[in-house]
Amino acid sequence: MIEYRQISKTFDDGTQAVREFDLTIPSRTTTVFVGSSGCGKTTLLRMVNRMVDPSVGQVLIDDEDVATRNKVELRRSIGYVMQHAGLLPHRTVVDNVATVLRLNGVGKTQAHERALEVLTTVGLEESHARRYPSQLSGGQQQRVGVARGLAADPNILLMDEPFGAVDPIVREELQGELQRLQRELDKTIVFVTHDIDEAFALGDQIVILKKGGEIAQVGAPADILAAPADDFVRSFVGLDKATRTLRVEERDGRSLVVDGNGRATGVLA
Amino acid sequence: MTWAWENRELVLELFWRHAWLSAIPVVVGGLLAVPVGWFSHRNPRLRGGVLALVSLLYTVPSLPLLVILPLVIGTGFLSPLNVLIALTIYAVAIMARTANDAFGSVSPAVLDAARATGYAPARLAFTVELPLAGPVLLAGLRVVSVSTVSLVSIGALIGVSSLGSLFTDGYQRDFTTEIVVGIVATVVLALLFDAVLVLLGRLAMPWARSQRSVTPTQGRWAAFFTRGGVSAGGDAL
Amino acid sequence: MSVLSETIDWFSRSSTWSGNDGIPHRLVEHLGYTALTVGIAAVVAVPLGLYIGHTGRLRGLAVAFTGAVRALPTLGLLTWFALLVGLGLTAPITALVLLAVPPLLAGVYSGVESVDQRTVDAARAQGMTEIQILTRVEVPLGLSIILGGLRSATLQVVATATVGAFIGLGGLGRYIIDGQRSSDYPQMLGGSLVVVVLALLLDGAWAIAQSLTSGRHTRVLV
Repeated sequence: MIEYRQISKTFDDGTQAVREFDLTIPSRTTTVFVGSSGCGKTTLLRMVNRMVDPSVGQVLIDDEDVATRNKVELRRSIGYVMQHAGLLPHRTVVDNVATVLRLNGVGKTQAHERALEVLTTVGLEESHARRYPSQLSGGQQQRVGVARGLAADPNILLMDEPFGAVDPIVREELQGELQRLQRELDKTIVFVTHDIDEAFALGDQIVILKKGGEIAQVGAPADILAAPADDFVRSFVGLDKATRTLRVEERDGRSLVVDGNGRATGVLA
Repeated sequence: MTWAWENRELVLELFWRHAWLSAIPVVVGGLLAVPVGWFSHRNPRLRGGVLALVSLLYTVPSLPLLVILPLVIGTGFLSPLNVLIALTIYAVAIMARTANDAFGSVSPAVLDAARATGYAPARLAFTVELPLAGPVLLAGLRVVSVSTVSLVSIGALIGVSSLGSLFTDGYQRDFTTEIVVGIVATVVLALLFDAVLVLLGRLAMPWARSQRSVTPTQGRWAAFFTRGGVSAGGDAL
Repeated sequence: MSVLSETIDWFSRSSTWSGNDGIPHRLVEHLGYTALTVGIAAVVAVPLGLYIGHTGRLRGLAVAFTGAVRALPTLGLLTWFALLVGLGLTAPITALVLLAVPPLLAGVYSGVESVDQRTVDAARAQGMTEIQILTRVEVPLGLSIILGGLRSATLQVVATATVGAFIGLGGLGRYIIDGQRSSDYPQMLGGSLVVVVLALLLDGAWAIAQSLTSGRHTRVLV
């Protein structure tokens, strides 16, 4: 369980990214922070592994304040996946995945074995392992990033817009893959995105943020769609848009789903 | 300082000589290097070769170059022409690479837009590319100017007088003041040249002032001292 | 006899190749000064450059120092130091070190700075300590540029050590200064050619070292 207690963050240049933020993230679920740029979602994410320290307030993991933990050790115990993968360009794929294990003092052979195992889990082949990151496609690099985050088998996986830089088709594929992984691995995933569709696709708990880290609404996707807290949420999730206001029309004995513009988008199964 | 005042005529004369010996290579070298840099930017296949040749020139140490030049170009051993030509070679060597990078720094989107508007190639080169490369070119020219002013003094060792003569003379007479006056005068001259270049830049490119980040000081020195051939891409010769 | 054949004659004399004034001895001296100077400069500049590159602190100061030294005339510096300190190696070596530090410093901090901040951020997020980030990420990735700094420093020193002969330093510059004093142009020319060849060879050696360090990954990236 991750808890944010009365968190505020003011950066050195005076910008206030987050103000009096409270939230509980249950274990073994996926929580998605979603909001436009400048809402403080990445800042909140990076507080979990102390890449950012709050100015005021506490972040607790299983009732332990992270501020009491050694930064470096804390980071090694938490998986982190970022946009552009952030792989080390001078290390091969397998070395990249083995990074945290090696940092934790695991022997080279053992670390490589484990790394190859995780690479298979994220859907990469052994032939990719000896290549350099720049020799892979964007989607493959992102898979390596996920594998690296999972290599040390952490309980928590932080994901900062991990699929933001890949094209829409690959993104959807990676999202599907992550859903599968989560069913198998049961991690506590904290995911940041600005894409509400991605948030709905992946999140058990969605946290919609306004500027300054103010929570607009927290809840399961269905709760938010059924009962948006205010106009901001309604507009943010697109309820005022024709594409989200669907109705059913009977045609030739089938039930067609039609959007607000009268365009057919699917059939009821 | 009394010495400097008593010998102000000598110091001033050497100052002027030094100024001319520096100004000519900076101007001529700059004018020669810009087309070279433009050419190498335009011809990626030849770029490696051109830039390698140019940095090879820079590798030749100054004093030996001053000794070898008279034989190659047939000038007299004591001729100031040797210093002028040697320094022009260095100016081209430093400046050609900067010019290449300067043209590379011009946004392709802007050039594309200009081309689409109907700029002919020559007009595009002179009225769009050149001015937009201006800030980086100016930064390069400032480096060339500082380095040239400091190098001119070496000529004193082979008898071409400049403020460098104060060093050789002061050393032989065991007279520190003369040397210090020479150093101060050289630095003042370098600062003057730099100020003139900055001023000319402001007059010629008033638009560049609002986007000073185009020529970050750090980048310019770093590029100079690591001598270009070693940019992150590693096309080292 | 033309200057050229006289120079060839100078090269073919046995006295040119033996004794304290022979090319082998002068060459060893010149290389010795270069190694000593670049070595001392590296002891100062490498740790400082790594610190500046990694933390971003003091960089304004470093840039100002670098620029200021660049404006100083090398001959002025050498003669001034010689009069201050007197005969011996101290004056020329001190001046040479002062001139070698700026290119080296700039090479080291620009090398470290050249590393993509996102890569550094990712390394930190994985739990690398600051020292590990420096030694395992920033130095290997910036090595080519760091070596570029050593390369410029070496060239600077080889060239300035030649000038140092004027204040009594040994090395290959002796041929030029002594030749000048005795109006022996062939000797000056011969010595100059040896210096040029030395500079080109050293530069080539550094260039090879640099290209070896920009491995597969960087080539593909660009």
